[in-house]
Amino acid sequence: MEELQKKARELLESQAIKVIIGYGKGSSGQARPVFIRKPEAVDKLILDESCVQNLAVYLLKPEVKALAKPGIVAKTPVLRTILQLASENQIKDGELVVLGISPDNKLIEFSDLKAIEDYVSGLSFEYSQADKALLEKLEKMSQAERFRFWQEQFSKCIKCYACRASCPLCYCARCMVECNQPQWIPVAPHQVGNLEWHIVRAMHLAGRCVNCGDCGRACPVGIPVHLLGEKLAEEIFKSFGLRSGAKVQGEYALGAWKLEDKEDFIR
Amino acid sequence: MQIEKKILKKGSLGKLFEKISASGRRILAPAQDGENIFFKEVSSPEQVARDYIQTTLSAKSAVFPACEKLFGYKFEGSQVKIEDRDLNFKPTVIFGLRPCDARSFSVMNQVFTWDYQDEFFKKRLENTAIIGLSCSKADQYCFCASVGGGPGDSQGSDILLTQIGSGDYLAEVITEKGKELVSIVPELFEPAEGEDKEKYLASMPKQFELKELSEKLPGLFNNPELWIEQSLRCLGCGACAFVCPACVCFDIQDEAKKEGGIRLRCWDSCGFSLFTLHTSGHNPREAQSQRWRQRVMHKFSYFNDRLGVIGCVGCGRCSRICPADMNLLEHLKAIAEAK
Repeated sequence: MEELQKKARELLESQAIKVIIGYGKGSSGQARPVFIRKPEAVDKLILDESCVQNLAVYLLKPEVKALAKPGIVAKTPVLRTILQLASENQIKDGELVVLGISPDNKLIEFSDLKAIEDYVSGLSFEYSQADKALLEKLEKMSQAERFRFWQEQFSKCIKCYACRASCPLCYCARCMVECNQPQWIPVAPHQVGNLEWHIVRAMHLAGRCVNCGDCGRACPVGIPVHLLGEKLAEEIFKSFGLRSGAKVQGEYALGAWKLEDKEDFIR
Repeated sequence: MQIEKKILKKGSLGKLFEKISASGRRILAPAQDGENIFFKEVSSPEQVARDYIQTTLSAKSAVFPACEKLFGYKFEGSQVKIEDRDLNFKPTVIFGLRPCDARSFSVMNQVFTWDYQDEFFKKRLENTAIIGLSCSKADQYCFCASVGGGPGDSQGSDILLTQIGSGDYLAEVITEKGKELVSIVPELFEPAEGEDKEKYLASMPKQFELKELSEKLPGLFNNPELWIEQSLRCLGCGACAFVCPACVCFDIQDEAKKEGGIRLRCWDSCGFSLFTLHTSGHNPREAQSQRWRQRVMHKFSYFNDRLGVIGCVGCGRCSRICPADMNLLEHLKAIAEAK
């Protein structure tokens, strides 16, 4: 933590960056995002297990961009998100300073995005035990049971879009659910509207979602919506050997095309 | 009407539920759902959640559903046939509503009967009776006492229950509706002998002066630093508005097919950038800080000016569920202290 604060102070003092996006102390033992703009405020930065939110969501927010060049405290999910955003041409080398944080909370400095790629390639990818258990349970269900499970979950959805707002890869200036000429997805939080929303969102994130789990954490009614992303990520890895958030110029599984594609219909 | 105090034995709830159901009413009560607690239709007290601070969602959907059909229409040749809704909603008893939430019903009522009389809301409210339940504990997000309420506040409840030392309930019968509920099964409501509920209530100190806050807010409208500082971490979702028992903004949606369609009213939130987006492309609240300012101003200044009520009951839900830990109480205190 001291190491991070020291580095943050240096960066702000030298004016290399204008703001540090990091974690600070929040309500009832939670961490909350903080935006440190003055060197003397770096002692507000904290680093512990409570720091779970994917801060990369702020990189593309106009209000945060308006603060000029940021530094970002980046645990592994944030690093993966940064790579994915780079591969989608949303951020470029030199636009931000990444203060990487190792799983044991040590500061890692990266010279460029490629260095993040090299670091991330050495990490293994694991879902939480709870997620693994739930995914396994879902796999064992019949299709009808699984559909019932999701229908029950989606029946709780109130369309607050916390899943979308918390997602660093949901950065569309105008989300498809808000396009109304024609109206592709019903806006109302009824059965069809909720089902279509979650399916369309999952599909739009398939091959892009870095499985940070923030959508599930953000959901006020406890829908494990992040499991859809995890399931699709596994299917994509199985079928195409690709993981999102792994490369600066990653391939998008749903958009890539190869002569030697194993499917006949596409040749 | 004079409040009547009765004792309702802990063991009598089953009978009460049974009689309420038999009278043709549905009972909505807090029920556990995984880690969450939602208001659900129940038939016995065993289904009612215990030992919690607050439900995940409020009970506002009982009178203001997240999605409500207003009418339908059909094309018949060159004619359009309007199909009005049947407004005979099933009589409902909301059991175990917290005093803050009970209070929110009167806030909503102010809006829905302000100039236009909203028949959907009014009919639902007419058909709803509230059996409130005082709070014996609170958490750091609760601040009802700072916005005019309290853990044993009876405003909004038709009957208010407070669990006393014996585990039985002190029942305060507050309104005619409450009296009518008692009359279904009067033998369960025994005379109360000088029970004082105060000592069973959660401690809830006042955290700021509401009047000062409301008077101060108009002068802070043009203080962008304050609103930017508070809202930088806001993600711009609608979770706070949708869990709020007093947020009443809605959006009208038409779902049209070739042969006809329906018109729906759905919850909306001023936190969404689309909320004020004009057809021209202009957005008078283009930044999240302006939307956050609107949320605070509407609840604590505009509501007060226009309707004489505050659009917040201090239930703390918005802060408990915020994915970015926007803590309303903390922000209000900062505003109260701002220069």
